[in-house]
Amino acid sequence: MALFYILVFPGFLFLIGFALAGEWLDRKLHALMQNRIGPPWFQPLADIIKLSAKEDTVPNGADRTIFKLMPMLALTATVVAVLYVPLWSKNALNSFPGDLIVVLYLLTIPTLTFFLGGWFSRSIYSLIGAARALTQLFAYEIPLLLSVLAPAMLANSWSISEISAFYAQRWYLTPVNIIGFVVAMVALLGKLERVPFDIPEAETEIVAGSFTEYSGRLLGLFRLCVDVEMIVGASLIAAIFLPFGLGAPAWLAFILYLVKVEGLIFLISFMRTIMARLRIDQMVDFCWKILAPVAFVQLVLNLVLKGVVQ
Amino acid sequence: MTDRDVIKVPLGPQHPALKEPGNFILSMKGELVTEMGVRLGYNHRGIEKACEQRSYLNDLYLLERICGICSHSHSTAYVQAVEEIAGIQVPPRGLYLRTLVAELERVHSHLLWLGVAGHEIGFDTLLMYSWRDREVVMDLLAALTGNRVNYGFNTIGGVRRDITDEQKLEVLKATDTLEERTKYYAELAGHETTLIKRLKDVGRLSKEDVLRLGVTGPTARASGVSRDVRKDDPYAVYADLDFEVITSDHCDVYGRTLVRVGELMQTYKMIRQLLTQLPDGAIAAKAPRKIPKGQAISRYEAPRGEDFHFVRGNGTDKPERVKVRAPTLVNMQAVSTMMKGGYLADMPITLAAIDPCFSCTDRMIELRDESDTACGEYSWPALRQLGISHHRALGIDFTELSKKLASRRDRV
Repeated sequence: MALFYILVFPGFLFLIGFALAGEWLDRKLHALMQNRIGPPWFQPLADIIKLSAKEDTVPNGADRTIFKLMPMLALTATVVAVLYVPLWSKNALNSFPGDLIVVLYLLTIPTLTFFLGGWFSRSIYSLIGAARALTQLFAYEIPLLLSVLAPAMLANSWSISEISAFYAQRWYLTPVNIIGFVVAMVALLGKLERVPFDIPEAETEIVAGSFTEYSGRLLGLFRLCVDVEMIVGASLIAAIFLPFGLGAPAWLAFILYLVKVEGLIFLISFMRTIMARLRIDQMVDFCWKILAPVAFVQLVLNLVLKGVVQ
Repeated sequence: MTDRDVIKVPLGPQHPALKEPGNFILSMKGELVTEMGVRLGYNHRGIEKACEQRSYLNDLYLLERICGICSHSHSTAYVQAVEEIAGIQVPPRGLYLRTLVAELERVHSHLLWLGVAGHEIGFDTLLMYSWRDREVVMDLLAALTGNRVNYGFNTIGGVRRDITDEQKLEVLKATDTLEERTKYYAELAGHETTLIKRLKDVGRLSKEDVLRLGVTGPTARASGVSRDVRKDDPYAVYADLDFEVITSDHCDVYGRTLVRVGELMQTYKMIRQLLTQLPDGAIAAKAPRKIPKGQAISRYEAPRGEDFHFVRGNGTDKPERVKVRAPTLVNMQAVSTMMKGGYLADMPITLAAIDPCFSCTDRMIELRDESDTACGEYSWPALRQLGISHHRALGIDFTELSKKLASRRDRV
């Protein structure tokens, strides 16, 4: 039964399916908002199938092992992260005190693999993309951590399931974390490398950044990883900041969960529709001078509130 | 700074930021560009030389194909020069229609630029919107001239098609739609934060540099230099039209955006004036097949800047020399100045901001060794022989093939 949970539902297979559906939704919404028709529903799956049928090429001079290992590592890390995130019930598949930190850590791994994969491709565009990915990581990771830290402080727990359960019982405390929610959404855009933070893969400057030399199955794995990352990131934000309807019957809670994640995907596509790509220096400036202080405000607010509540 | 700190990033000849092949080598320190080397010539087609082999009328269609965006600019510039040599008086209605298509072309070129600029800074929504609106003017051009690009509208002595009253109304209606949409873009350019952040203070070019480098078109006007052939040296019917030359003192890419959007608004005004003032009469004067001996220059304000043509006739039906200087050639030299000290991320938009058209510009430059005194002109047969021997040296030989073809021709 545990194996079924992990491999089929709500584990690997469900997650991949949902991730591809999420990518389609993102692309379709983006297209509709841009006055285009957009892809048919099976496009992301078709892309993956097409990519896996193609030849994998490793550039001359690249480190073969690292080049081939990185996409798999990236996908593994994001898929594992979902085990600790409560999706539509109060409990995740697996949970222990401190899993919040583990999930954030696992979600950092893809960015590191983008860096390593790009760095060892030995292509000039990949090198710049890799350096940018890492620079960006240092900019958004702190605000993201701070923004989820604040609700955790108030809930007095490091476990996502417990935080989720805490807010599900005290729904009136949820609006307190609205600043943290905004910060987390913006940081998620940075993590997913979406406009306005798609600097590491800026097409018109550095072709495809770290992914320039990737092709075939390896590129497919990276693309899948980014899709899964979007779902896991959105689920994490939904679990911490939008813990509504967790006590409802399973089918209703499941639908509510889908609605929540899809709403967050809509926000992501909306943001990337209405904005231009920032420059890396502007992005770092923004994250450190605006996003991080705002996240601190949330932290202080929650600390004060905690004192009042107790 | 040692050589180890500098990385060289090639931009092109094949690159997603470039719509045509060109090569730019950026020497970078981190994200900052310290130097830029430009290499053009990937699109050289030898059109000027080819013009000497064709009649004046055939050249018109050849020159129109110098550029897919400002095709009417090149054909008008050429036709004006030929008309001057031959002393042909173009009927007023012909001049008005020529100007009408010229201004419609400016609309489609500037809307195209707006989209490209959006794409270069990762703002694809702007690309989708402005290109959707561009379809309106493309359809209009197709209805008026028969083609979306390379209109084939000009002829020596006038234009080839007349406009009906229904088409007039259609143009006016489309102009209203476009004006409304352009107002929206103007508002967008004034408010959208990320857009302004990416365009302001990027690719600075001072007024002094504009004058020193001889920059033309919207690029010059965005640095506060009021330089517009339509005003300075009016051709066609621009002297009868009431319009302003839009300038801006921003001296950066943002200024260039504002100038282009402002010019669009002026163009709509001009289109309305052209249609209300349109005189009756013939659309073209009869042109002789043989153009008399003489030479003329012609200046034309293309969407990208001043387009310059020189034509010399020797009394036959073929010109002796046609010389084209497209606006991109002069503006390209300013890009290195704009780029110095900029970010890599700003490189595509800085380059795009001059609205480059490489195929207009590309020409061959031969670097000669000073000690090499063997210098002279090739005649056509000598040039042909040179080509044949060059390809033979590479192992490409068509001797057999041409013999076969010759024998087949004989049999027929």
